[in-house]
Amino acid sequence: MKVTFPHMGYMYVSLKGMLEYLGIDVVVPPACSKKTLTLGVKHSPEFACLPLKLNIGNFIEAKELGADTIMMAGGCGPCRFGYYAYVENEILKDLKVDYNLVVMEPPEKHIGELLGRIRKITGNRPWLQIIKALRFGFLKAKAVDEVEVLSFQIRPRELVRGSTDRALQKAINLIDEAKTTTELTIALERAKELMRVVPAERERPALRVALIGEIYTLLEPYANVNIERHLGQLGVEVDRSMMLSQWVNDHLFMGLVRNIPSSDRFKKVAAPYLNHFVGGHGLETVGSAVWYARQGYDGAIQVLPFTCMPEIVAQSILPKVSAEVDMPIMTLIMDEHSGEAGLITRLEAFIDLLKRKKEQKEALTS
Amino acid sequence: MPIRVGIPRALLYYYYFPLWKEFLERLGAEVVVSDRTTKGILTSGVEHCVDEACLPIKLAFGHVKNLVDKGVDVIFLPRIVSVAQREYICPKFLGFPDMVKQNIPGLPRVLDTTINVRKKQQDIHLFTREVGALFNHGAIKSRLAYLLSMPTHFQYISLLEQGYLPEEAMGILKGKKIKENPVATDLKVAVIGHPYNIYDPFISMNLINRLRKFGAEVITADNLTEQMVNEGVKRLPKKLFWTMSRRMTGGALNLHDRNAVDGIIHVAAFACGPDSMTGELIERYIRRDGKVPFMNINLDEHTGEAGVVTRLEAFLDMLRWRKKAV
Ligand code: SF4
Ligand code: SF4
Repeated sequence: MKVTFPHMGYMYVSLKGMLEYLGIDVVVPPACSKKTLTLGVKHSPEFACLPLKLNIGNFIEAKELGADTIMMAGGCGPCRFGYYAYVENEILKDLKVDYNLVVMEPPEKHIGELLGRIRKITGNRPWLQIIKALRFGFLKAKAVDEVEVLSFQIRPRELVRGSTDRALQKAINLIDEAKTTTELTIALERAKELMRVVPAERERPALRVALIGEIYTLLEPYANVNIERHLGQLGVEVDRSMMLSQWVNDHLFMGLVRNIPSSDRFKKVAAPYLNHFVGGHGLETVGSAVWYARQGYDGAIQVLPFTCMPEIVAQSILPKVSAEVDMPIMTLIMDEHSGEAGLITRLEAFIDLLKRKKEQKEALTS
Repeated sequence: MPIRVGIPRALLYYYYFPLWKEFLERLGAEVVVSDRTTKGILTSGVEHCVDEACLPIKLAFGHVKNLVDKGVDVIFLPRIVSVAQREYICPKFLGFPDMVKQNIPGLPRVLDTTINVRKKQQDIHLFTREVGALFNHGAIKSRLAYLLSMPTHFQYISLLEQGYLPEEAMGILKGKKIKENPVATDLKVAVIGHPYNIYDPFISMNLINRLRKFGAEVITADNLTEQMVNEGVKRLPKKLFWTMSRRMTGGALNLHDRNAVDGIIHVAAFACGPDSMTGELIERYIRRDGKVPFMNINLDEHTGEAGVVTRLEAFLDMLRWRKKAV
């Protein structure tokens, strides 16, 4: 058995870590690229959301590398993700790209259903070992998040353009290579050290912009046309409303792990603008705009895939939020036609606006 | 003066209007429906709604605006989370009242009580109680008003199951006689789509009437019983959690499996999330078997009528030709 899974940013580090910890063969699909997207677009329904298209591309490419089993998450609606795996499976079937599909559905009746599905991947390995592997995967996710957050702060202040990205890639690779918990602890220290030595003007003030919206387009740089890098290089410090370890903790561990910020902080402040959950992270998106404004951020950017249902609800509510909390919010819709040049132009215009606004404010208060 | 409650002729109007109307009237309201869809209503919807929304949501915005212009006292926009156990409607239904409130100026009071029977059917009394409170009725009286309206709903559903379409069934409930289709039919065609797409003559470019005029008898998923629908979706690897999409998919597959129709037309709305998934499933299942011809129509604000008519005619010609060949 050779297990693969769809890409979503650096999620592969965590999943691969977990599976390999159990001695399971893993095929990480090639990083999302033009080729992935082209394959996906060609074989997916036109109005499917972008993540589905890229998933299809990932699976076709992973098949070429010998993968035979897909491991994916499920869901019970109301957003499309809960049916992703099955539509993708039908598409692959017609393409004669054969896979075993194992979907980790949230249990409907009792936890045994989920455990049974896990067994399909893990075979007879003892539960204790599986739990240790889960923990190891989670620690990797946390480690990756830690260095990513460092990169948000360093990139706008780097002295040599591109040095943060080079260090980040090295840091991620170190974490990826760690095989045991002890190795991971050492790798994380070295990774952080790599980030720390990036030459930068640490004290330089920077605009602060929050990235909010749909999780896939937030986490997968190919889907958001490297928005973090561009903002950073334009001198902006970003924060992302959604980090992998936070998502895992909220959704898989029921928030059991302490010291990890929870998306509850967003949900609590979404009303009165949005008064009900709407699937996906629509409620969190509206709430995060309010939350970041209260934290004094200069602006927020909502990213979402074209036709994403929960985020369209959020998008239609954000203008009102923006006006009332007095923080500019821009919406970027990602699809197969999104290009880097267009993105940079729009980001530059938005940042100009934020700068002017900040200057005005400072002039008024000084 | 009774309170004038406006119901938009959009979204779940096609399933629940007879029920809602009677319920509200029993509570003492005067019910006002928005006008039939026109270019003007759609345009005003498009103006107030985000560009990226699907066509039916934009249209629903237009109908709400129409009610605002009519000066109703209250707009009835329940937040429809779930109408069946373990199922949802689309995410946009969950957020619709908020989308409207943050975007349409000059709204009167909006009745956005939640309808959510995802956990259990009896939860509907939470809804009846809150609506009743608006009319100063207690929980029991409101519940009774609802229960007394149910026979109308069942009658309506049974008319649909007898083959009438919503507009006709509502007519019959009001005591109208239904005219027979003057054209003789030699084909039976399934039209599969969200009710607010296929039954709105403006949005669907009069699809159903056109088919009838071209000599085809039309059947939709709503003409099937719940049991037939569930037969149809049995083959799916996992329960479809959208009520309407489950009906559409189950309906299409059931009609297909029983060889009950000569052709299937799937009607999808531009940028509709669920349609993009279930349309794909239906099409793949049907094409693999290759026994019933399938056609897909995408509706958006700019779909040209002429093109659709040509495609329809060609599709029906093909169905007739096939019928002769076997
Ligand atoms: S959240 Fe949006 S992008 Fe993700 S599956 Fe749902 S509709 Fe698609
Ligand atoms: S089901 Fe489709 S058409 Fe209906 S509201 Fe949702 S996205 Fe729009």
